[in-house]
Amino acid sequence: MRHFLHAWLLNWLFFLSLSLGALWFVPLQHLTRSTWSAVVRRLAEIVSGTLPLMALLSLPVLLNLGDIYVWADPARVAGDPLLEHKAGWLNPGFFTLRIAFYFAVWILLATIFRRRSLRQDATGDPAITAGSERLGGPALILYGLTQTFAAFDLLMSLDAHWFSTMFGVYWFAGIVASFFAVMTLLTAGLQRSGRLLHAVTLEHYNDYGRAMFAFIFFWAYIAFSQYMLIWYANIPEETGWYLRRQQNGWSAVGYLLIFCHWLLPFAGLMSRFTKRRVRLMAFWAVWILVMHWVDLFWLIMPELSPGGIPLQLMDAALLVGMGGLYAAMLAWVAGPRLLVARRDPRLRASLNFENY
Amino acid sequence: MATRETHGLYGYLAEFREPWDLIDAAAKVRDAGYTRWDCHTPFPLHGLDRAMGIRGTRLPWLVLCGGLAGLTLALVMQWWMNAHDYPFLISGKPLFGLPAAVPVTFELTVLLSALTTFFGMWGLNLLPQHHHPLFGSERFRRATSDRFFISIEARDPLFQGERTREFLAGLGADAVEPVED
Repeated sequence: MRHFLHAWLLNWLFFLSLSLGALWFVPLQHLTRSTWSAVVRRLAEIVSGTLPLMALLSLPVLLNLGDIYVWADPARVAGDPLLEHKAGWLNPGFFTLRIAFYFAVWILLATIFRRRSLRQDATGDPAITAGSERLGGPALILYGLTQTFAAFDLLMSLDAHWFSTMFGVYWFAGIVASFFAVMTLLTAGLQRSGRLLHAVTLEHYNDYGRAMFAFIFFWAYIAFSQYMLIWYANIPEETGWYLRRQQNGWSAVGYLLIFCHWLLPFAGLMSRFTKRRVRLMAFWAVWILVMHWVDLFWLIMPELSPGGIPLQLMDAALLVGMGGLYAAMLAWVAGPRLLVARRDPRLRASLNFENY
Repeated sequence: MATRETHGLYGYLAEFREPWDLIDAAAKVRDAGYTRWDCHTPFPLHGLDRAMGIRGTRLPWLVLCGGLAGLTLALVMQWWMNAHDYPFLISGKPLFGLPAAVPVTFELTVLLSALTTFFGMWGLNLLPQHHHPLFGSERFRRATSDRFFISIEARDPLFQGERTREFLAGLGADAVEPVED
């Protein structure tokens, strides 16, 4: 049962990452008045529309906090000064309330931006774009705060003794890299089925590739910064978290992340040659998604099983099952509506966009 | 007929009134096989690179070499300073610990990549040049304002004096003039 709940948390957070990436992308494109992305922004709006499903899928976690989080187990909190001290923040009631609040903010933001964009399909009013640009800044501030606190609550508090202020950014780096991987696969898949054929060009893939390349490196930069500070300071309550991930076979997963979440995709995505070939891009996109899953596995599972790597068939089964639900939700959100924000004032420039 | 004029002549300068005329003409110069020629416009023209047949830049490979040089230099320097030439134990850490060496290595990699990018760009563009024969042309002054130009140099192997002049005139140029070196 405990393994099932941890595996659920892992796969749920994997798909939540993708939705949150989309929720970050849409306001950012408005805030920066971005041209290149106007043609693919609707796809991100659809991905962010899956957040209600993710809220629903949080229930198994929220209903079994005691089996997942050490601070939710009264027997383990009693007599532990640090956990007793943190109980004001880390207690089941307040925790559930916070998660509900995060989802309320996320769903609200996703709905606002998607509704506005769909309304522009009907009216063609450029003032809607101007309004979304004004909303972009506040939306990103709200996003940054809720995403960081969600990382602290859902992932970092698995080991409630440990703390790292950088942890929210660490999850964010993985979120963005895998979000652009999803966009690559979504676009390539739609083009294979004959959609968006003339709308999305190699220039747009080139930009997906750049973003993946940049955030793969950003992930490594943040991961290393977090590691080095703790390695150098060498304080027991901080090093324990890493020690658990360097013993009993877990160091193999750590090395796997260094080479396969950073070095190989970093080298593979560096060249413009790769970024302008859809098959190669799709290959690295799948690669990055697999590695994001491994990254979450490395964050979550050592807390369940410090004695060894606990791979079970249900990890994969949950991935496939939730993946199916996620795909169904995507199709349902997309519905029969347009896949491109047809009357966006920047659409024409985006269709003709070229990298120089 | 086929005598090459080299002494004193830099090449021919053709003036165009409209950007699309320049792009059409550039494609024809490219197809004719000229290699030592250039286009001059008051603003960046989309599609001109392709019309001129300019191949991709070699700069990224230079930058890669610069970055790898910075990486190697940083690692060797830190190992030599702290673990070899003057071994110095700091807070119980290894004399050469990779985590502690990474920040300097990262910075030197970035620094040498950036410097290679900057100076490599100048070098590949043959800059700085304090003077250029085209500056002697009165007409050429409008290249920074409202005219578009193609220049073919006399040292191009295909350059054939009068014939090149006629070729340029046949591309729809408003004016073709010789430029002295």
